Amino acid sequence: MALLEVKDLKVRVEEREILHGLTLTVNEGQVHAIMGPNGSGKSTLSHVIAGKPGYEVTGGQILFRGEDLLEMSPDVRAAKGVFLAFQYPVEIPGVATMTFLRTALNAQRKARGESEYSTPDFLKKVREVSKSLGIPQDMLKRGVNVGFSGGEKKRNEVLQMALFEPSLCILDEMDSGLDIDALRIAADGVNALRSPERAMVVITHYQRLLNYIVPDVVHVMSKGRVVKSGGKELALELEASGYAQFEDAA
Amino acid sequence: MPAVQETVERVKRIDVDQYRYGFETLIESDKAPKGLSEETVKFISEKKNEPAWMLQWRLEAYRRWLTMTEPTWARVDYPKIDFQDLYYYSAPKPKKTITSLDEIDPEILKTYEKLGIPLREVAMLEGVEPKPGDQDPNRRKIAVDAVFDSVSVATTFKAELKKAGVIFMPISEAIREHPELVQKYLGSVVPTSDNFYATLNSAVFSDGSFVYVPPGVRCPMELSTYFRINERNTGQFERTLIIADKGAYVSYLEGCTAPQRDENQLHAAVVELVAHDDAEIKYSTVQNWYPGNSEGKGGIYNFVTKRGDCRGDRSKISWTQVETGSAITWKYPSCILRGDNSSGEFYSIAISNGYQQVDSGTKMIHLGKNTSSRIISKGIAAGKSQNTYRGLVTAHRKATGARNFTACDSLLIGDKCGAHTVPYIEAKNSSATFEHEATTSKISEDVLFYCIQRGLSQEEAVGLVVNGFVKDVLQQLPMEFAVEAQKLISISLEGSVG
Ligand SMILES: Nc1ncnc2c1ncn2[C@@H]1O[C@H](COP(=O)(O)OP(=O)(O)OP(=O)(O)O)[C@@H](O)[C@H]1O
Ligand SMILES: [Mg+2]
Repeated sequence: MALLEVKDLKVRVEEREILHGLTLTVNEGQVHAIMGPNGSGKSTLSHVIAGKPGYEVTGGQILFRGEDLLEMSPDVRAAKGVFLAFQYPVEIPGVATMTFLRTALNAQRKARGESEYSTPDFLKKVREVSKSLGIPQDMLKRGVNVGFSGGEKKRNEVLQMALFEPSLCILDEMDSGLDIDALRIAADGVNALRSPERAMVVITHYQRLLNYIVPDVVHVMSKGRVVKSGGKELALELEASGYAQFEDAA
Repeated sequence: MPAVQETVERVKRIDVDQYRYGFETLIESDKAPKGLSEETVKFISEKKNEPAWMLQWRLEAYRRWLTMTEPTWARVDYPKIDFQDLYYYSAPKPKKTITSLDEIDPEILKTYEKLGIPLREVAMLEGVEPKPGDQDPNRRKIAVDAVFDSVSVATTFKAELKKAGVIFMPISEAIREHPELVQKYLGSVVPTSDNFYATLNSAVFSDGSFVYVPPGVRCPMELSTYFRINERNTGQFERTLIIADKGAYVSYLEGCTAPQRDENQLHAAVVELVAHDDAEIKYSTVQNWYPGNSEGKGGIYNFVTKRGDCRGDRSKISWTQVETGSAITWKYPSCILRGDNSSGEFYSIAISNGYQQVDSGTKMIHLGKNTSSRIISKGIAAGKSQNTYRGLVTAHRKATGARNFTACDSLLIGDKCGAHTVPYIEAKNSSATFEHEATTSKISEDVLFYCIQRGLSQEEAVGLVVNGFVKDVLQQLPMEFAVEAQKLISISLEGSVG
């Protein structure tokens, strides 16, 4: 069943059209990779799906389990299971990571009408997940992402994803800034979350990540559109020949 | 709509209904005739059964006040106050003399209950007081002196404090029972001639708290006062005097609320602290007086003089304040670092929203040798409010080795508010080291969106980010107050986003 349907989406930012009729369908259980040159609109797409203010949708629609996503406020989308691992995670000084995780998790659960986690249950869960991602406990006492290295910030995104158990995970350049070991750990974390109910959209510039997180479908984006879709071998093809051939198509 | 834009829109819609403490209590009260004259001053003094010296002191202040003019240097703007149009004294009419909590008007007790103040000792036993054998230091006792309009209605835990030798009572009682202490210290930190509002207070102050901690005594519990303004057109003029004798320690908490009204209410308090050799006083305030409605109508005018005198060597005074209410705040808790090696601290969170105007800060006056001071100020402005930090740090010629560190951070929510930093620094000797840091930033759209993407509502996101911004100061508050303050910050910002 289709989890996410993006239909002929047109988006403007500050009077300039960035997405010019983008179409994409992601089914439950699938992993989709999106590749494309800098500035082709990958992050823009992820922001619009998540509901970031400042983007004007001038055409098309986005359905999530058949519901109009664009009608929902971003926190409602989060509670419904839309998760975006940011390309550039922000720092929140003075707010301990642990406090943040708990506040966010309970806010989502409350919105879904579920009970809040008890403190011991929550701590147990965080410990488990952070251990598997190689995140030391004392890092969780620090302000959210404050003074974290690039790699630590990305791991913190995967930690949240594992904790919130969303049904749609959008990973925007999760691999940038990760060293080889960290990449493998983070990818293992992501793979552990693959399930028949959950779908993932993995945005990346490098085929290497797709060796770890093997996609069902690969899309090539150029100038605000999906210009080609194929199997995982499409990524290899891109690695060999670059984007030039698709730019003409766009 | 961008998040901040939305915040601004919602700020416009804030309404008086959102002030949680805006209820009025219907009780009979005993008022002085309207207006200010020698007669008013005498009326108050008589009501309080004061000795002659006290009346003289008041009258001198009153005469001095007649020669003074209202200060205009603060960055606040308000219509001229008609000092003859106010009531200077209002007391809940007691049925008879109060000797125990049970005799207090149940209406008043109910008011305090609504405010969440643990006035009843019963409630204290259930809530805050540790059970026998319970050594958890976070569950400390708090003794409360509650001031309702102008008089103290009850002081809890008096007996237990007495055992420790600590005097904690309404100042009106202290004037009668401990005249030698009051005479020695009253006006010794804030002289009757100090400034317009302090002089006014000296003439007409009606009640407040008095604390004396004898040499070497560590006060066994947090002391606390709650002020509430209930009567219409009543100025509230409390006077608080706290003395920590040699080697003593006391932590004092002050909380304030007022019912919402269209007209403005005046509040001009004076707080004096005296710390002798090796003594320490920690004074914390959580102020949430009614801030006025969405059009800037009503609200408390808060003109307060708070000053601490580090009179002894190695003494320490620490002010911590969380200011979220009042239409106008004019307040500069200060330290006079007279004793050698004495130190002063000022930790402040000032939140303004709607049409609130805050002009607040501190003065650190270094007089003794090797004195040090530390100022951490966090200003948050939302709506159409103006938030000014005004600070003065001076080192006297003889204050060799004086050190100060100042950090002022301002956070803006929306683009119709303003934050201003006005530091004055004056070092009259070359060995002083003064450091000053200041930042002003807008609440970041990206940070808010990050939080919202993780499931927080817009309001919760703003609350979380702001609580992070003020964390350094929150940590300075006693445990019980920190939790309350954190909630209060979220509540006062709730107004800012819907
Ligand atoms: N707020 C904005 N204002 C103006 N232009 C913007 C804004 N956000 C994005 N753009 C423009 O939209 C285009 C697409 O940007 P986007 O960040 O989506 O690209 P991307 O595919 O994620 O690139 P990269 O691979 O470098 O991350 C770029 O030309 C960018 O400059
Ligand atoms: Mg990008």
